Amino acid sequence: MGARMVPFAGWDMPVQYTGIVDEHKAVRQSVGVFDISHMGQFIVSGSGAEAFLNRVLTNNISKLQPGQGQYTLLLNAQGGVIDDLIAYRTSEREFYLVVNASRIDADWEQLESQLTQDDDVLMANASDFTAGLAVQGPKAREVAAAVFGSADSFPEHNTILVTMSENGPMWLCGTGYTGEEGFEFFMPAETAEAWFRKIVEAVKAAGGMPCGLGARDTLRLEMGYPLNGNDLSEQRTPLQAGLGFFVDLDKGDFTGREALVVQKAAGLPDKLAAFRMTGAAPPPRPHYPVVFGGQVIGEVCSGTQSPSLSAGIGMAYVPLEAAALGSTLEIEIRGRRFPAEVVKKPFYRRPAAP
Amino acid sequence: MSNVPDTLRYRDSHEWIDPTQSPSPVGITDHAQAELTDVVFVDPPKVGTQVIAGQQVCVIESVKAASDIYAPVAGEIVAVNEALSGDPGLINREPYAGGWIFKIKPANAAEFDALLTAEAYSKHIG
Repeated sequence: MGARMVPFAGWDMPVQYTGIVDEHKAVRQSVGVFDISHMGQFIVSGSGAEAFLNRVLTNNISKLQPGQGQYTLLLNAQGGVIDDLIAYRTSEREFYLVVNASRIDADWEQLESQLTQDDDVLMANASDFTAGLAVQGPKAREVAAAVFGSADSFPEHNTILVTMSENGPMWLCGTGYTGEEGFEFFMPAETAEAWFRKIVEAVKAAGGMPCGLGARDTLRLEMGYPLNGNDLSEQRTPLQAGLGFFVDLDKGDFTGREALVVQKAAGLPDKLAAFRMTGAAPPPRPHYPVVFGGQVIGEVCSGTQSPSLSAGIGMAYVPLEAAALGSTLEIEIRGRRFPAEVVKKPFYRRPAAP
Repeated sequence: MSNVPDTLRYRDSHEWIDPTQSPSPVGITDHAQAELTDVVFVDPPKVGTQVIAGQQVCVIESVKAASDIYAPVAGEIVAVNEALSGDPGLINREPYAGGWIFKIKPANAAEFDALLTAEAYSKHIG
Protein backbone atom coordinates (compact mmCIF):
# COMPACT_ATOMS: atom_id res chain seq x y z
CA MET A 1 0.00 0.00 0.00
CA GLY A 2 3.02 2.27 -0.26
CA ALA A 3 3.38 2.56 3.49
CA ARG A 4 6.43 3.92 5.27
CA MET A 5 7.37 1.49 8.00
CA VAL A 6 8.88 2.24 11.39
CA PRO A 7 9.75 -0.11 14.23
CA PHE A 8 7.22 0.20 17.06
CA ALA A 9 7.14 -2.00 20.15
CA GLY A 10 8.72 -4.87 18.24
CA TRP A 11 6.46 -4.58 15.18
CA ASP A 12 7.11 -3.00 11.83
CA MET A 13 4.34 -0.46 11.68
CA PRO A 14 3.18 1.89 8.97
CA VAL A 15 3.76 5.49 10.09
CA GLN A 16 1.85 6.78 7.12
CA TYR A 17 0.35 5.67 3.82
CA THR A 18 -0.57 8.87 2.01
CA GLY A 19 0.33 11.58 4.52
CA ILE A 20 -0.51 12.29 8.14
CA VAL A 21 -2.79 15.25 7.47
CA ASP A 22 -4.79 13.54 4.70
CA GLU A 23 -5.24 10.43 6.83
CA HIS A 24 -6.16 12.52 9.87
CA LYS A 25 -8.81 14.39 7.89
CA ALA A 26 -10.18 11.16 6.44
CA VAL A 27 -10.91 9.93 9.96
CA ARG A 28 -12.49 13.23 11.03
CA GLN A 29 -14.57 13.55 7.85
CA SER A 30 -15.26 10.04 6.56
CA VAL A 31 -13.41 6.93 7.77
CA GLY A 32 -9.95 5.46 8.23
CA VAL A 33 -8.60 2.01 9.04
CA PHE A 34 -5.59 1.35 11.27
CA ASP A 35 -3.62 -1.85 11.72
CA ILE A 36 -3.60 -2.38 15.50
CA SER A 37 -2.27 -5.95 15.49
CA HIS A 38 0.50 -4.90 17.84
CA MET A 39 -1.94 -4.42 20.74
CA GLY A 40 -2.18 -7.10 23.41
CA GLN A 41 -5.18 -9.18 24.49
CA PHE A 42 -5.59 -11.11 27.72
CA ILE A 43 -8.52 -13.32 28.61
CA VAL A 44 -9.13 -13.52 32.36
CA SER A 45 -11.77 -16.04 33.38
CA GLY A 46 -13.00 -18.07 36.31
CA SER A 47 -15.34 -17.59 39.24
CA GLY A 48 -12.69 -15.37 40.87
CA ALA A 49 -12.00 -13.19 37.79
CA GLU A 50 -14.22 -10.27 38.81
CA ALA A 51 -12.81 -10.04 42.34
CA PHE A 52 -9.24 -10.47 41.06
CA LEU A 53 -9.55 -7.70 38.45
CA ASN A 54 -11.13 -5.39 41.01
CA ARG A 55 -8.10 -6.02 43.20
CA VAL A 56 -5.58 -5.08 40.47
CA LEU A 57 -7.35 -2.49 38.29
CA THR A 58 -8.49 1.02 39.28
CA ASN A 59 -12.01 1.16 37.81
CA ASN A 60 -14.91 -0.79 39.32
CA ILE A 61 -15.28 -3.82 37.10
CA SER A 62 -18.43 -4.95 38.96
CA LYS A 63 -20.27 -2.13 37.18
CA LEU A 64 -19.92 -3.97 33.88
CA GLN A 65 -22.73 -6.12 32.55
CA PRO A 66 -21.76 -8.84 30.08
CA GLY A 67 -21.08 -7.08 26.77
CA GLN A 68 -19.87 -3.85 28.38
CA GLY A 69 -16.38 -2.40 28.68
CA GLN A 70 -14.54 0.35 30.55
CA TYR A 71 -11.29 2.26 30.47
CA THR A 72 -9.18 1.32 33.47
CA LEU A 73 -5.61 1.38 34.79
CA LEU A 74 -3.12 -1.13 36.10
CA LEU A 75 -0.93 0.39 38.84
CA ASN A 76 2.13 -0.57 40.79
CA ALA A 77 2.11 -0.47 44.61
CA GLN A 78 3.30 3.17 44.53
CA GLY A 79 0.27 4.14 42.47
CA GLY A 80 2.33 4.58 39.29
CA VAL A 81 0.74 3.64 35.98
CA ILE A 82 1.97 0.37 34.50
CA ASP A 83 -0.64 0.52 31.75
CA ASP A 84 -3.97 1.94 30.70
CA LEU A 85 -6.30 -0.55 29.08
CA ILE A 86 -9.86 -1.43 28.18
CA ALA A 87 -11.52 -4.23 30.12
CA TYR A 88 -14.60 -5.88 28.60
CA ARG A 89 -16.89 -8.27 30.39
CA THR A 90 -17.62 -11.00 27.86
CA SER A 91 -19.65 -13.12 30.28
CA GLU A 92 -20.46 -13.29 33.98
CA ARG A 93 -17.04 -14.77 34.70
CA GLU A 94 -14.92 -13.90 31.69
CA PHE A 95 -13.10 -10.67 30.79
CA TYR A 96 -11.26 -9.55 27.66
CA LEU A 97 -8.48 -7.02 28.29
CA VAL A 98 -6.95 -4.95 25.49
CA VAL A 99 -3.55 -3.59 26.52
CA ASN A 100 -0.75 -1.52 25.00
CA ALA A 101 1.81 -3.27 22.80
CA SER A 102 4.81 -1.95 24.67
CA ARG A 103 3.41 -3.12 28.02
CA ILE A 104 2.25 -6.66 27.25
CA ASP A 105 5.06 -8.31 29.22
CA ALA A 106 4.98 -5.83 32.10
CA ASP A 107 1.18 -6.15 32.38
CA TRP A 108 1.28 -9.92 32.31
CA GLU A 109 3.98 -10.00 34.97
CA GLN A 110 2.06 -7.63 37.22
CA LEU A 111 -1.21 -9.56 36.87
CA GLU A 112 0.48 -12.90 37.51
CA SER A 113 2.32 -11.59 40.55
CA GLN A 114 -0.97 -10.54 42.13
CA LEU A 115 -2.60 -13.90 41.63
CA THR A 116 -2.78 -16.15 44.70
CA GLN A 117 -3.40 -19.88 45.10
CA ASP A 118 -6.88 -19.12 46.41
CA ASP A 119 -7.98 -17.28 43.28
CA ASP A 120 -10.10 -19.34 40.91
CA VAL A 121 -8.74 -17.46 37.90
CA LEU A 122 -7.44 -18.58 34.53
CA MET A 123 -5.34 -16.13 32.52
CA ALA A 124 -4.55 -16.47 28.83
CA ASN A 125 -2.32 -14.21 26.79
CA ALA A 126 -3.73 -14.13 23.26
CA SER A 127 -1.52 -11.26 22.06
CA ASP A 128 0.81 -13.23 19.81
CA PHE A 129 -1.94 -14.87 17.81
CA THR A 130 -4.38 -11.98 17.64
CA ALA A 131 -4.44 -9.37 14.89
CA GLY A 132 -6.53 -6.24 14.93
CA LEU A 133 -7.97 -3.41 12.88
CA ALA A 134 -9.48 -0.14 14.06
CA VAL A 135 -12.12 1.41 11.81
CA GLN A 136 -12.71 5.01 12.88
CA GLY A 137 -14.75 7.91 11.57
CA PRO A 138 -18.31 9.07 10.88
CA LYS A 139 -18.65 6.38 8.19
CA ALA A 140 -17.39 3.49 10.36
CA ARG A 141 -20.95 2.23 10.71
CA GLU A 142 -21.31 2.13 6.93
CA VAL A 143 -18.10 0.08 6.70
CA ALA A 144 -19.33 -2.37 9.34
CA ALA A 145 -22.59 -2.86 7.44
CA ALA A 146 -20.71 -3.43 4.17
CA VAL A 147 -18.26 -5.91 5.67
CA PHE A 148 -20.48 -7.83 8.06
CA GLY A 149 -23.67 -7.53 6.05
CA SER A 150 -25.66 -6.13 8.94
CA ALA A 151 -25.76 -2.78 10.66
CA ASP A 152 -26.77 -4.59 13.85
CA SER A 153 -23.30 -6.00 14.21
CA PHE A 154 -21.91 -2.54 14.95
CA PRO A 155 -20.72 -2.51 18.56
CA GLU A 156 -22.05 0.60 20.34
CA HIS A 157 -19.66 2.72 22.38
CA ASN A 158 -17.88 0.73 25.13
CA THR A 159 -19.52 -2.56 24.24
CA ILE A 160 -18.16 -5.81 22.86
CA LEU A 161 -19.61 -8.43 20.55
CA VAL A 162 -17.96 -11.84 20.33
CA THR A 163 -19.06 -13.70 17.26
CA MET A 164 -18.00 -16.21 14.62
CA SER A 165 -17.42 -16.08 10.91
CA GLU A 166 -16.17 -18.44 8.22
CA ASN A 167 -12.72 -17.09 9.19
CA GLY A 168 -13.07 -17.99 12.85
CA PRO A 169 -13.96 -16.02 15.96
CA MET A 170 -14.01 -12.24 16.08
CA TRP A 171 -14.14 -9.68 18.84
CA LEU A 172 -15.86 -6.43 17.85
CA CYS A 173 -15.23 -3.62 20.31
CA GLY A 174 -16.94 -0.24 20.35
CA THR A 175 -13.81 1.71 21.15
CA GLY A 176 -11.15 3.75 19.47
CA TYR A 177 -8.43 6.22 20.03
CA THR A 178 -9.57 9.04 17.79
CA GLY A 179 -12.67 10.62 19.33
CA GLU A 180 -14.75 9.49 16.36
CA GLU A 181 -17.38 6.81 16.21
CA GLY A 182 -15.83 3.48 15.32
CA PHE A 183 -14.86 -0.02 16.27
CA GLU A 184 -11.81 -2.11 16.97
CA PHE A 185 -11.90 -5.55 15.49
CA PHE A 186 -9.70 -8.39 16.77
CA MET A 187 -9.33 -11.76 15.05
CA PRO A 188 -6.96 -14.75 14.95
CA ALA A 189 -3.78 -13.67 13.16
CA GLU A 190 -4.08 -16.31 10.43
CA THR A 191 -7.42 -14.86 9.34
CA ALA A 192 -6.19 -11.28 9.34
CA GLU A 193 -5.14 -10.91 5.72
CA ALA A 194 -8.55 -11.77 4.33
CA TRP A 195 -10.24 -9.34 6.71
CA PHE A 196 -7.67 -6.60 6.07
CA ARG A 197 -8.34 -6.70 2.33
CA LYS A 198 -12.08 -6.74 2.79
CA ILE A 199 -12.10 -3.87 5.25
CA VAL A 200 -9.62 -1.70 3.36
CA GLU A 201 -11.81 -2.15 0.27
CA ALA A 202 -14.94 -1.15 2.19
CA VAL A 203 -13.16 1.83 3.75
CA LYS A 204 -12.00 3.04 0.33
CA ALA A 205 -15.50 2.55 -1.08
CA ALA A 206 -16.82 4.77 1.71
CA GLY A 207 -14.34 7.50 0.72
CA GLY A 208 -11.76 6.72 3.41
CA MET A 209 -8.22 5.37 3.46
CA PRO A 210 -5.74 3.24 5.41
CA CYS A 211 -4.04 5.26 8.13
CA GLY A 212 -0.73 4.91 9.94
CA LEU A 213 0.65 5.57 13.39
CA GLY A 214 1.32 9.23 12.57
CA ALA A 215 -2.37 10.04 12.14
CA ARG A 216 -3.26 7.84 15.10
CA ASP A 217 -1.04 10.06 17.24
CA THR A 218 -2.42 13.40 15.98
CA LEU A 219 -6.01 12.14 16.32
CA ARG A 220 -5.62 10.87 19.88
CA LEU A 221 -3.74 13.97 20.96
CA GLU A 222 -6.47 16.29 19.63
CA MET A 223 -8.76 14.43 22.06
CA GLY A 224 -6.24 14.73 24.89
CA TYR A 225 -6.03 10.95 25.21
CA PRO A 226 -2.80 9.92 26.93
CA LEU A 227 -0.23 7.66 25.30
CA ASN A 228 1.51 5.30 27.68
CA GLY A 229 5.24 5.96 27.60
CA ASN A 230 4.69 9.63 26.67
CA ASP A 231 2.03 10.83 29.08
CA LEU A 232 1.76 7.91 31.52
CA SER A 233 4.58 6.32 33.45
CA GLU A 234 5.24 4.21 36.50
CA GLN A 235 6.54 7.35 38.21
CA ARG A 236 3.21 9.18 38.10
CA THR A 237 -0.29 8.34 39.30
CA PRO A 238 -3.55 8.49 37.34
CA LEU A 239 -4.54 11.43 39.57
CA GLN A 240 -1.59 13.42 38.24
CA ALA A 241 -2.52 12.33 34.71
CA GLY A 242 -6.06 13.68 35.19
CA LEU A 243 -7.61 10.20 35.02
CA GLY A 244 -9.26 10.23 38.46
CA PHE A 245 -12.60 9.53 36.79
CA PHE A 246 -11.38 6.00 36.05
CA VAL A 247 -10.22 5.36 39.61
CA ASP A 248 -12.79 4.10 42.13
CA LEU A 249 -11.31 4.66 45.57
CA ASP A 250 -14.54 3.45 47.22
CA LYS A 251 -14.82 -0.01 45.66
CA GLY A 252 -12.47 -1.72 48.14
CA ASP A 253 -8.73 -2.21 48.13
CA PHE A 254 -6.70 -2.46 44.93
CA THR A 255 -3.02 -2.29 44.11
CA GLY A 256 -1.84 1.32 44.40
CA ARG A 257 -4.96 2.55 46.22
CA GLU A 258 -3.18 3.43 49.46
CA ALA A 259 -0.63 5.56 47.57
CA LEU A 260 -3.45 7.38 45.77
CA VAL A 261 -5.31 8.11 49.01
CA VAL A 262 -2.13 9.51 50.56
CA GLN A 263 -1.37 11.58 47.47
CA LYS A 264 -4.91 12.93 47.31
CA ALA A 265 -4.75 14.02 50.96
CA ALA A 266 -1.31 15.61 50.55
CA GLY A 267 -2.14 17.34 47.26
CA LEU A 268 -0.74 16.57 43.83
CA PRO A 269 2.87 17.64 43.16
CA ASP A 270 2.08 18.24 39.49
CA LYS A 271 -0.54 17.62 36.88
CA LEU A 272 -0.75 16.79 33.19
CA ALA A 273 -1.75 20.06 31.56
CA ALA A 274 -2.98 20.51 28.01
CA PHE A 275 -1.51 23.50 26.17
CA ARG A 276 -1.99 25.17 22.83
CA MET A 277 0.59 27.38 21.11
CA THR A 278 -0.80 30.91 20.96
CA GLY A 279 1.04 32.28 17.91
CA ALA A 280 2.98 31.08 14.91
CA ALA A 281 5.40 28.52 16.29
CA PRO A 282 7.08 25.30 15.32
CA PRO A 283 5.10 22.26 16.47
CA PRO A 284 5.86 21.34 20.08
CA ARG A 285 7.44 17.89 20.25
CA PRO A 286 8.18 15.43 23.07
CA HIS A 287 11.02 16.41 25.44
CA TYR A 288 11.06 20.11 24.54
CA PRO A 289 11.53 22.14 27.76
CA VAL A 290 8.43 23.77 29.27
CA VAL A 291 8.92 27.18 30.89
CA PHE A 292 6.71 28.93 33.46
CA GLY A 293 7.55 32.29 35.02
CA GLY A 294 10.92 32.23 33.30
CA GLN A 295 11.93 28.87 34.79
CA VAL A 296 12.12 25.50 33.05
CA ILE A 297 9.57 23.42 34.98
CA GLY A 298 9.24 20.29 32.88
CA GLU A 299 9.16 18.90 29.40
CA VAL A 300 6.61 18.19 26.71
CA CYS A 301 5.22 14.63 27.00
CA SER A 302 3.15 14.59 23.81
CA GLY A 303 3.12 17.34 21.24
CA THR A 304 2.26 17.86 17.61
CA GLN A 305 0.73 20.19 15.08
CA SER A 306 -3.05 19.68 15.25
CA PRO A 307 -4.32 19.16 11.70
CA SER A 308 -7.87 20.12 12.76
CA LEU A 309 -6.89 23.31 14.57
CA SER A 310 -3.78 24.19 12.52
CA ALA A 311 -2.00 24.98 15.78
CA GLY A 312 0.59 23.34 17.96
CA ILE A 313 -0.88 21.34 20.84
CA GLY A 314 0.64 19.25 23.59
CA MET A 315 0.59 17.96 27.14
CA ALA A 316 3.12 18.32 29.94
CA TYR A 317 3.36 17.69 33.67
CA VAL A 318 3.58 21.06 35.38
CA PRO A 319 3.15 22.30 38.99
CA LEU A 320 -0.46 23.08 39.89
CA GLU A 321 -0.02 26.86 39.76
CA ALA A 322 1.10 26.54 36.14
CA ALA A 323 -1.67 24.07 35.27
CA ALA A 324 -4.59 26.47 35.79
CA LEU A 325 -6.71 27.04 32.67
CA GLY A 326 -5.51 30.14 30.86
CA SER A 327 -2.09 30.19 32.45
CA THR A 328 0.79 31.08 30.13
CA LEU A 329 3.59 28.62 29.47
CA GLU A 330 6.46 28.84 27.06
CA ILE A 331 7.82 25.97 25.02
CA GLU A 332 11.53 26.11 24.28
CA ILE A 333 12.24 25.07 20.71
CA ARG A 334 15.83 25.11 19.46
CA GLY A 335 16.77 27.67 22.11
CA ARG A 336 13.84 30.03 21.48
CA ARG A 337 10.76 30.32 23.67
CA PHE A 338 7.29 30.34 22.13
CA PRO A 339 4.15 31.17 24.16
CA ALA A 340 1.44 28.62 24.87
CA GLU A 341 -1.77 28.71 26.88
CA VAL A 342 -3.13 26.03 29.20
CA VAL A 343 -6.47 24.91 27.74
CA LYS A 344 -9.24 22.47 28.48
CA LYS A 345 -9.30 18.99 26.99
CA PRO A 346 -10.27 17.84 24.45
CA PHE A 347 -8.43 20.22 22.13
CA TYR A 348 -10.84 19.32 19.35
CA ARG A 349 -14.59 18.81 19.52
CA ARG A 350 -16.59 17.21 16.78
CA PRO A 351 -18.77 19.87 15.14
CA ALA A 352 -22.45 19.50 16.07
CA ALA A 353 -24.49 17.77 13.39
CA PRO A 354 -26.09 20.37 11.09
CA MET B 1 7.77 10.16 -10.37
CA SER B 2 8.87 13.35 -8.73
CA ASN B 3 9.79 16.41 -10.70
CA VAL B 4 13.55 17.23 -11.00
CA PRO B 5 14.06 20.32 -13.22
CA ASP B 6 17.17 20.22 -15.45
CA THR B 7 18.15 23.84 -14.84
CA LEU B 8 18.71 23.41 -11.10
CA ARG B 9 21.55 21.93 -9.04
CA TYR B 10 21.00 19.68 -6.01
CA ARG B 11 22.45 18.45 -2.74
CA ASP B 12 22.03 14.83 -1.70
CA SER B 13 20.19 16.21 1.37
CA HIS B 14 17.41 17.32 -1.05
CA GLU B 15 17.97 21.07 -1.37
CA TRP B 16 17.91 22.68 -4.81
CA ILE B 17 19.56 25.92 -5.91
CA ASP B 18 19.08 27.88 -9.12
CA PRO B 19 22.52 28.80 -10.51
CA THR B 20 21.00 30.80 -13.37
CA GLN B 21 19.75 33.48 -11.00
CA SER B 22 21.77 35.82 -8.82
CA PRO B 23 21.13 35.86 -5.95
CA SER B 24 20.19 32.18 -6.18
CA PRO B 25 16.97 30.89 -4.64
CA VAL B 26 17.18 27.71 -2.56
CA GLY B 27 14.39 25.29 -1.68
CA ILE B 28 13.68 21.63 -1.14
CA THR B 29 12.94 19.22 -3.94
CA ASP B 30 9.60 17.81 -4.97
CA HIS B 31 10.81 14.43 -3.73
CA ALA B 32 11.67 15.90 -0.31
CA GLN B 33 8.35 17.69 0.09
CA ALA B 34 6.51 14.48 -0.80
CA GLU B 35 8.51 12.56 1.81
CA LEU B 36 7.92 15.17 4.50
CA THR B 37 4.31 15.95 3.60
CA ASP B 38 2.43 18.84 5.17
CA VAL B 39 5.03 21.48 5.97
CA VAL B 40 3.57 23.48 8.86
CA PHE B 41 6.35 25.86 9.90
CA VAL B 42 9.52 27.36 8.51
CA ASP B 43 12.15 28.71 10.86
CA PRO B 44 13.91 31.06 8.40
CA PRO B 45 17.59 32.06 8.46
CA LYS B 46 18.62 35.64 9.24
CA VAL B 47 19.22 37.88 6.26
CA GLY B 48 22.87 38.93 6.22
CA THR B 49 24.18 35.63 7.59
CA GLN B 50 27.38 34.37 5.98
CA VAL B 51 27.31 30.63 5.44
CA ILE B 52 29.62 27.98 4.08
CA ALA B 53 28.57 25.13 1.79
CA GLY B 54 26.94 22.37 3.80
CA GLN B 55 26.20 24.59 6.80
CA GLN B 56 22.83 24.07 8.49
CA VAL B 57 20.95 27.33 7.93
CA CYS B 58 17.34 26.76 8.90
CA VAL B 59 14.69 24.23 9.88
CA ILE B 60 11.41 23.32 8.25
CA GLU B 61 8.80 21.44 10.23
CA SER B 62 6.19 19.04 8.96
CA VAL B 63 3.61 17.33 11.15
CA LYS B 64 5.93 14.34 11.13
CA ALA B 65 9.35 15.82 11.89
CA ALA B 66 11.73 18.77 11.96
CA SER B 67 14.24 18.80 9.08
CA ASP B 68 17.48 20.77 8.80
CA ILE B 69 18.12 22.69 5.60
CA TYR B 70 21.74 23.07 4.46
CA ALA B 71 23.36 25.76 2.32
CA PRO B 72 24.24 24.29 -1.09
CA VAL B 73 27.04 26.84 -1.60
CA ALA B 74 28.94 29.42 0.45
CA GLY B 75 27.73 33.00 0.45
CA GLU B 76 25.48 35.51 2.11
CA ILE B 77 21.79 34.98 2.81
CA VAL B 78 20.26 38.04 1.17
CA ALA B 79 16.53 37.27 1.30
CA VAL B 80 14.04 34.92 2.93
CA ASN B 81 10.64 33.99 1.56
CA GLU B 82 8.25 35.97 3.78
CA ALA B 83 5.22 34.26 2.21
CA LEU B 84 6.13 31.00 3.95
CA SER B 85 5.39 32.38 7.42
CA GLY B 86 1.71 32.67 6.52
CA ASP B 87 1.56 29.76 4.09
CA PRO B 88 4.25 27.13 4.71
CA GLY B 89 2.24 24.72 2.53
CA LEU B 90 3.68 26.59 -0.49
CA ILE B 91 6.69 24.29 -0.07
CA ASN B 92 4.42 21.31 -0.76
CA ARG B 93 2.41 22.91 -3.52
CA GLU B 94 5.17 24.74 -5.41
CA PRO B 95 8.53 23.36 -4.28
CA TYR B 96 10.44 24.99 -7.19
CA ALA B 97 8.48 28.25 -7.43
CA GLY B 98 6.55 29.95 -4.61
CA GLY B 99 8.07 27.52 -2.12
CA TRP B 100 11.66 28.82 -2.31
CA ILE B 101 13.03 29.29 1.21
CA PHE B 102 15.92 31.78 0.99
CA LYS B 103 18.20 33.45 -1.55
CA ILE B 104 21.95 33.26 -1.35
CA LYS B 105 24.60 35.46 -2.99
CA PRO B 106 27.24 32.87 -3.87
CA ALA B 107 30.81 33.65 -2.78
CA ASN B 108 32.26 31.44 -5.48
CA ALA B 109 30.24 30.42 -8.53
CA ALA B 110 32.60 27.47 -9.08
CA GLU B 111 30.93 25.76 -6.11
CA PHE B 112 27.85 25.06 -8.26
CA ASP B 113 29.91 22.50 -10.16
CA ALA B 114 30.37 20.46 -7.00
CA LEU B 115 26.58 20.01 -6.69
CA LEU B 116 24.51 17.24 -8.25
CA THR B 117 23.03 17.67 -11.68
CA ALA B 118 19.36 16.82 -12.23
CA GLU B 119 20.43 13.48 -13.66
CA ALA B 120 22.67 12.64 -10.69
CA TYR B 121 20.04 13.71 -8.18
CA SER B 122 17.38 11.64 -9.97
CA LYS B 123 19.68 8.64 -9.62
CA HIS B 124 20.24 9.46 -5.95
CA ILE B 125 16.51 9.34 -5.17
CA GLY B 126 15.76 6.61 -7.70
